[in-house]
Amino acid sequence: MRHSNGRISALHGAGGEMMDRLLVEHVLARLPAASDARIGLRALDDGATVHLPPGEPVLTTDSHVVKPIFFPGGDIGRLAAAGTINDLAVMGARPLALTLALIIEEGFPIRDLERILDSFAATLEACGTAVACGDTKVMGRGEIDGIAINTTGLGVAKRAVSDADLRVGDRILVTGTIGDHGMALLAAREEFHLTTALESDVAAIWPMIEPALRVGGIRAMKDPTRGGLAAALNEMARKSKTCVEIDESAIAIRDAVRGLSDLLGISPFDVANEGKAIIAVSPDRAEAVLKALRSHPLGRDATVVGMVTDAYPGRVVLDTGVGGRRFLDMPLGDPVPRIC
Amino acid sequence: MSAPFRYADPKRARELADAIRILAPAVPTKLVHVCGTHEMAITEHGLRRFLPDTVEILEGPGCPVCVTPTRDIDAAVQIARSGAILCTFGDMTRVPGTETTLDGARTDGADVRTVLSADEAVRIARATEREVVFFAVGFETTAPMTAAILLDDPPENLSVLVSHKLIPPAMEALLDLPGADVAGYLAPGHVSTIIGLAPYEPIAAQRGTPVVVGGFEPLDVLYGIALLLRQIRDRAPKVENGYPRAVSPKGNRAAQAIIREVFEVSDGHWRGIGTIPASGYALRVPFADRDARRRFDIAGVPGEDVVPGCRCPDVLTARAAPSDCPLFSARCTPLTPVGPCMVGSEGACNIWFRYGGRAIP
Repeated sequence: MRHSNGRISALHGAGGEMMDRLLVEHVLARLPAASDARIGLRALDDGATVHLPPGEPVLTTDSHVVKPIFFPGGDIGRLAAAGTINDLAVMGARPLALTLALIIEEGFPIRDLERILDSFAATLEACGTAVACGDTKVMGRGEIDGIAINTTGLGVAKRAVSDADLRVGDRILVTGTIGDHGMALLAAREEFHLTTALESDVAAIWPMIEPALRVGGIRAMKDPTRGGLAAALNEMARKSKTCVEIDESAIAIRDAVRGLSDLLGISPFDVANEGKAIIAVSPDRAEAVLKALRSHPLGRDATVVGMVTDAYPGRVVLDTGVGGRRFLDMPLGDPVPRIC
Repeated sequence: MSAPFRYADPKRARELADAIRILAPAVPTKLVHVCGTHEMAITEHGLRRFLPDTVEILEGPGCPVCVTPTRDIDAAVQIARSGAILCTFGDMTRVPGTETTLDGARTDGADVRTVLSADEAVRIARATEREVVFFAVGFETTAPMTAAILLDDPPENLSVLVSHKLIPPAMEALLDLPGADVAGYLAPGHVSTIIGLAPYEPIAAQRGTPVVVGGFEPLDVLYGIALLLRQIRDRAPKVENGYPRAVSPKGNRAAQAIIREVFEVSDGHWRGIGTIPASGYALRVPFADRDARRRFDIAGVPGEDVVPGCRCPDVLTARAAPSDCPLFSARCTPLTPVGPCMVGSEGACNIWFRYGGRAIP
């Protein structure tokens, strides 16, 4: 049955028959529900129950907006799922269940919504994660830009890993190439008229992190999303009051990312990654953790990029590859391309 | 497939560092470059670590955003407030004018758009009936783009607020400033691809100051510094091309021709330095109707270019390093800039802030 010319209308968010039909026909069937929940997603109750295995429960929440909604290498659905799962993963937590709150602009194509939900679901399924419950709201035209997604994630860790427990001597690992997501989105911005083939790295990294956790020796983890590697490393150094010394030549950067970075005057260290982790590992386990990471396709390009010292507590030092050394500081905000 | 040649080979860098150490004079020697991209290369790669204690290198008036005077920002704000679409490059929107920034005008409802090239302004003009003004800043590198759009039959509703500057006259003017003490110039590779080597001749031949045109990869910069130190040691000032893979001695003749066709050389107003004779561009008579200053009746009242306590004027004239300013990284940061050197992403203060300042030993 056709309704609203295949677009989201205000009635879809009004809680009546139209909304039921939207949920049942276009949303619910696409999402993975937990098989072990007593009151689950499809019960459409006021809440859902979650079966909690033993361990330390971890909660995280995030709201996702991205422009363009469909970008090279992914879309907002995959981004929302991966973003929340990765926050759990770098806490050392197996992602059990996510909530899914959709805020949609009136007139949004239902076909696009379905694509977004399918990619959200596929990302969850790859990690064995279910949707616990959800919500849908519709806002008027111009009141929101297309769609926003809020997700809360529930995970369980044997013992949660913080981003602050670095110790002098620890090795710093990065699980792959950096800058891919941020640069792909910059390249996709229409005003740049670029033809560069760049893809976001957006991916849920739990399947790569899990075997690495089993090796042991992981002291701290963080996912370098907004603010990139620079922000994440600085946060880790500050919180742990240690100095993180990084060898620039050990960091994997794609040629296309480096090229665009030079062109725009925006450092690949400062832009977001959506499928990577920074891991501090005790020196005796660093090689084994690296091997475990590399055994998963998402960690194929993982490298040891540096180590924790006491040289400049709270700061990140970059060996620039030509033999120069400088501080790598926190990026300031939205990077803008330079003139000249 | 073998690895592509990179201009950042650590072994070559060490060789050049050795050369620099051997050539370095025993007396304090200040080298000056005039390009934000040079400062980026030096600071981002920590190249000051390679310089002996007697040698320092500082950025002079090398940031087009930073040297744009208050009166031009005021003019742009006035135009934007009049209802026209004002198009400009990156961080020009954050440079303070007398009353506000272009960002401030935008917040108040003015239509200010960031563009990456001059022809983007033309595209915007073609798509609207409204007046569109391109705020043309930058050195000889960007001036040809402005000239090109004016020669390419742009729509009637497009005009240009010209604030282009010429680099060699500013380099000469710096030599007369007390305290600048320029021992040698690392000249900008980008600008030189357009103008060639001849415009620097007076600096070397008449003023006796060495000039080396330098590229922007780490090895280019180190090589340029080594060439400068050799000229200083030999007391043989000349204009030397340290970037021959990009710069030809005669420059880009086609670009020079369109610059000449569209612009005449005029006095230029530089923030922090003042008026330098024959250091700016003005539109020639056939293009006078494209002059936004005429179209929008801009009075051109000189504004206050100096903020109390801010050492931007000294930084822009290589008489101070960013960290010599008491406001640097304390009250003045890229998020809360006091002076333009902290606003422009090519400004020395901004670069030092973002890339950790002087190199770490």
